[in-house]
Amino acid sequence: MATLTYRDALNQALREEMQRDPDVFLMGEEVGVYQGAYKVSRGLLEEFGPMRIVDTPIAELGFAGIGVGAAMAGLRPVIEFMTWNFAVLALDQIVNSAAKILYESGGQIPIPIVFRGPNGAALQLAAQHSQAWDAWVSHIPGLKVVAPATPADAKGLLKAAIRDNNPVIVLEGEMLYNVKGEVPEGEHIVPIGQADVKRPGRDVTFICHSKTVAVALKAAEQMAEHEGVSAEVLDLRSLRPLDEEAILGSVARTNRAVVIEEGWPHAGIGAQVVDVIQREAFDQLDAPVLRVTQADVPMPYNKQLERLAKPSPERVVAAARRVLYLD
Amino acid sequence: MATNVYMEALSPTMEEGRVVKWHKRDGDPVKAGETLAEVETDKAVMDLVARADGELRQVAAAEGQTVAVGSVVAVIVSPAEAVGAAPAAAAPATPSGSGKRETGNVATVTAPAPVAVSPLPVAAAADATRVKASPLARRMAKEAGVDLKLLTGSGPGGRVVKKDLERAPSPAASAGPTAAAAATFPVSRFPFPERTGAAYDDVPLTQIRKTIAKRLATSLGPIPHFFLTTEVDMERASEAREALNQQLGDQGKVSFNDIIIKATAHALTKHPACNAWFQDDHIRYWHEVHMGMAVAVEDGLITPVIRNAELKALAEIGREAKELAERARNRRLQPNEYTGATFSVSNLGMFDIDQFTAVINPPEAGIIAVGSIVQKPVVVEGQLTARRRMRITMSCDHRVIDGATGAAFLKTLKQMLENPLAMLL
Repeated sequence: MATLTYRDALNQALREEMQRDPDVFLMGEEVGVYQGAYKVSRGLLEEFGPMRIVDTPIAELGFAGIGVGAAMAGLRPVIEFMTWNFAVLALDQIVNSAAKILYESGGQIPIPIVFRGPNGAALQLAAQHSQAWDAWVSHIPGLKVVAPATPADAKGLLKAAIRDNNPVIVLEGEMLYNVKGEVPEGEHIVPIGQADVKRPGRDVTFICHSKTVAVALKAAEQMAEHEGVSAEVLDLRSLRPLDEEAILGSVARTNRAVVIEEGWPHAGIGAQVVDVIQREAFDQLDAPVLRVTQADVPMPYNKQLERLAKPSPERVVAAARRVLYLD
Repeated sequence: MATNVYMEALSPTMEEGRVVKWHKRDGDPVKAGETLAEVETDKAVMDLVARADGELRQVAAAEGQTVAVGSVVAVIVSPAEAVGAAPAAAAPATPSGSGKRETGNVATVTAPAPVAVSPLPVAAAADATRVKASPLARRMAKEAGVDLKLLTGSGPGGRVVKKDLERAPSPAASAGPTAAAAATFPVSRFPFPERTGAAYDDVPLTQIRKTIAKRLATSLGPIPHFFLTTEVDMERASEAREALNQQLGDQGKVSFNDIIIKATAHALTKHPACNAWFQDDHIRYWHEVHMGMAVAVEDGLITPVIRNAELKALAEIGREAKELAERARNRRLQPNEYTGATFSVSNLGMFDIDQFTAVINPPEAGIIAVGSIVQKPVVVEGQLTARRRMRITMSCDHRVIDGATGAAFLKTLKQMLENPLAMLL
C-alpha cells in the first residue's frame, strides 16, 4: 500500500473515477491551469483536457447551477469550492436545486453531483473564512454528507460520492491536505453511512469526524498514558446518513460518550448524535453525554484566542474525566 | 360541575403523601370508586380513589411528588363538560375567581370551565426520596436485584453510577447461612470501598422514616422507661414446636415467634395491668389483647397487629403473622392493620442478638424484646447440663406499670414459655 497525502488520495480518486467513467468532470475556480488552490487537481488538466477539467469565473452560484444542470442532463459533475466559506454563495443551487430535483420531479431526475472543498478553520483565516458547515449541509434532506479524516477514507469516500446517484457533499480540510497515510491502490470504496473505529477502547467513546479525529486520538493517547483510561475513537466519516448502529454499538461497550466537532455547539452535529444516544441507548448510559465544539463565537483572528476557541485534546480530556466521574 | 381530587388523609397520622403512580392519566374517563393513583403515606402505599364520575383533568402532582394533605392534585370534570371544555383544560391555571369551593373532602365547584388547580408546592419539587442513578446503573440494579436505595452514589449529587453497582455484591453472592435473615431484614450491602467522594451522604427522610423519627422521639424521651430481663428455658417450647410442626405437616409451620406472641397474649390476660394505654389523664386497661409485631421493612419498620391474639390458636397466629409480615414488606398494609395494638413484641433472635431493649410504641405501656435461643450450660437439679435458653427483656412505661407489676407479668410469661402446656389451663 502506498503512503499518500490526503490531497494526493483525493487526486487519485478523481483520476481513477474520470478514467473509469467519461461522464465524470471537474469544475471550479482554479482547478485547471493552476491545478487547484490546494493542488488536489494536479495533473488532471493535462490528462483529461479542458472539456473535463473546467476553470470557472469567481461565481459560485453560477457554476454550482451549471453543475446541477449537467447532472440533470446525465453527466456526473464534481464541483470544487475553493472553500466551503465561499460555497454559501451557492447554497440556493445546493439546497433548492440539487437536493430537491429528484423529489420534485417525482423521482424522474436524479442529480449525481459532488460538491467538495475544504471546510472549517485552518490557521488565522479569521471569522469569515474559518467556518465549519457540517451541520448546515447535514440539515438538508436530499443531500448526503461525508467528512473523511484520513487519506484512505478521503479516497474511498470521494469515489463513493462520485458513484452515488444523489448529491453528495464532501467536506475536506485545509489542515488535512498534508496528512499522510496508507491508501489502498485502485478500487477502494468506503461506503457512505459507515463509521469507523479508529481506536478501540472500553471506558468512553469519543465520537468525532474530520479534523477532530486527530484531536480525539491525541486525547485518547493522553488518557491511556496518564489516567489509565481506555478511550474508543469512533470516526463518523459520514454525517448524513449517520451510522447510528456504530454509535450505539460503541456506547453499549463503553456506557459513556463525548462528541467532538469543529462546528458551533448550537444545533450542531453533536446535538444530533446525542439525540440518537439518549433515545436508543438510554439504559446504556452511565453519565450524560458531553460535547466538545468550537466556542460559540465567530472565530477569532488572534492566534491564541483561535487556539482556545477550537476543540483541543485538553478539552476532550476534561470532558472525558467528567463523564468518567474522575473529577 | 367539576370535582376536585384532593390528597386525602389515608392514614390517621398522614400529613403529606407522595404520589407513587398514577393509574389514570389526564383525559382518562374515571368512575367513582376507581383507583386514580397510588399514594405513599407515612406508613404504606394506599389507593387514592375517584369520588365522582367523569374525566380526569389537570393532574397537578407528578409521580414522585410529595403533596400536603388537602391539596388539589387533579380535577374530575363531568363527561358533557369534558367535551366542551377540552381546549380550556390546557390553559394555564389561573386564580379561580369564578368557582365557589365547598368544604369537605368531596368538594364540588361550579365553574364554566375546569377550575384552576390551587397552587401546589410544585417548584418541580425535586423529589427528595427519588434515588438518583444513571440509566445504566438503574438497569444493572434491576437485573442484579440490588436495591438502589441501599447504595451510596459516588456521582455528582449522589448519583449512583456503574462503578457503585460493580462494588456492590449481588444478593445471590451474599446468600448462604444468613440468607434467611436477609430475606427478613434488608441487610446493608455497603461494602467498604476506597472512598473517592464526600465523607458522608445526606439522605432525605422518606415518609416512613419521618414517622418513625417523630413517633419514637415521643417514646424513649418523654416516657419513663424501665427494663426487666429474664432468661427463659426454651427446651419444652422447642419440643412442643417440633411436635406441633410434625402434626401440622404441610399445613404451615409454627415459629418460636408465634409461640412467644401466643404466650405473651395469654400472660397479658392474667395481668391486665400490663395490657394498657397511657392516655394523658387516664389509663385505658384493655380487655382484649391486640399484639403488635415489629416487622422490618425496607427503610424502616412497622408493627402489624394480630387482633385478639389471646383467643387465637397457634396455627392461626402463625398464618396471620406470616401474611401480615409479607404485606408489610410490600407496603400493602391498611391503616387498621397496623394501629390499635395493646402490647408489642420485637424479635431480633434471628440476628443472634442475646438481649436488647426495645422502645415502647406509645400509647402502649410495654413491649417485649426477644433475643436468640442459644444452648447454654445450666444447672438443673444439681446437674450441669446444656439447655436451650432465651433472654427476654420487657420495657415498661413506669407511668402505667410498676416494677413489681411488670416482674409478675414477666414471671407468668416465663412460666408459659417454659411449660407451654400451661397455656391450656
